[in-house]
Amino acid sequence: MIPDKFTYLAPTSLPEVWQALQAHPGEAKILAGGQSLIPLMKFRLATPAYVVDLRRVAGLDTLEERNGALVIGAMVRESQLERSDLVRRRYIGAYEASAVVADPLVRNFATIGGNLAHADPANDHPAMMVAMRAQVAAQGPNGQRMIGIDDFLVDTMETSLAPEEVLTAIHIPTPTQHTGSAYVKFERKVGDYAIAAVGAQITLNGDICTQAGIGLTNVGPKAIRATQAEAFLVGKRMTVENVQETARLAAEAAQPGSDLRGPAEYKRKVVRALAARAVRAAADRAFAGGVQ
Amino acid sequence: MSDVKQQVTLTINGQPVTAEIEPRLLLVHFIREVANLTGTHIGCDTTSCGACAVLVNGIPAKSCTMFAVQADGAQISTVEGLEQGGALHPVQEGFFQEHGLQCGFCTPGMMMTAVAFLERNPNPTDDEIRQAISGNLCRCTGYVNIVKSIQYAAARMREQQAAPAMATAGSEAAQ
Repeated sequence: MIPDKFTYLAPTSLPEVWQALQAHPGEAKILAGGQSLIPLMKFRLATPAYVVDLRRVAGLDTLEERNGALVIGAMVRESQLERSDLVRRRYIGAYEASAVVADPLVRNFATIGGNLAHADPANDHPAMMVAMRAQVAAQGPNGQRMIGIDDFLVDTMETSLAPEEVLTAIHIPTPTQHTGSAYVKFERKVGDYAIAAVGAQITLNGDICTQAGIGLTNVGPKAIRATQAEAFLVGKRMTVENVQETARLAAEAAQPGSDLRGPAEYKRKVVRALAARAVRAAADRAFAGGVQ
Repeated sequence: MSDVKQQVTLTINGQPVTAEIEPRLLLVHFIREVANLTGTHIGCDTTSCGACAVLVNGIPAKSCTMFAVQADGAQISTVEGLEQGGALHPVQEGFFQEHGLQCGFCTPGMMMTAVAFLERNPNPTDDEIRQAISGNLCRCTGYVNIVKSIQYAAARMREQQAAPAMATAGSEAAQ
């Protein structure tokens, strides 16, 4: 399949990127790893007149802990996250989300920045970032701002980035002691989008939950924060009954539609099962000591 | 819309290829139609099957999901570059010895993925191989012989690594 014609721009600095975006309002798309944008362009579901490639822009490949957060540059590939010892050890939920994005070849080029900015509710990172309460760094001609993930994700394929702004990094707060995370995905076949998936991050004091983050994938117009479930669990002991009630509330927060991946009621039950698994896995990791 | 063409140079299997192309030209079409290397196949054309896998700067990529302009300046490796001086690459030898193909359509992509994987993991488990090739679909073999082929190649590459002096002596003798 041949995409529609476009002009390709590969600027070498962010100011040049902003310039390109401002010069062609509504006509330009940012290209990072291309693993979502290029298929859309091949189907002609996206026909941008200008494609602005970030590959020559320096400084977008950071992957390090800095000032209490893991900073992941916009051009860090999924495969880098998957192979990073730091991410595996301290941000295991983010590692688990990376490891189930599409397939290894796609992950060699796909970026977490693109996964978030594309804002497809079927993507795996948004829900995990909801659970981990990540912040998105955006830079535009008026400077840099940090956007909380809940404000960043607006609707299906819609974020709160201004037209001339570029997502430059994701900041995941470094978990405190006795914090664990997990991402549990259910898919028809390897590499597919989720029927449903749940990201969870749990902080414990003894066996009492002191903080909970729960995000849901592909069961609504965007990644959903299971607010009621989180609120219920905080302050509670990690008993089987409490985890089950948390999972029930998480399933209530889901807004699934019926499609080829199953009817809505089925998906709601899947969310319930996965939420229990994700919360339990995150709590087990937190109990085992969590961050090392 | 723009009809402006752009000049790019891609180095494919060590040979620089320069051409004026439309930015919308996909890497796989550049390889097949501009460089005339048709060993790289187009399978699903929807980022699923991996028949079009090539190495971009040593990293396996689905070449149907990359514009050739993105690869300007890059080193591209395709199946045609595996054989060196009349000798099959250990991965090619493995697919031959272990019957790692039937129709052969997925084979070039499968082998390119395997080549990059074995560079990173010279002593893999069967499970690690299956993970590594999970972006390459084969509809004939059921994968069992592909895994065997890659294990064969891994063993052969470890042997070569262990005895580089002997291999050098051997190739000099052959010349």
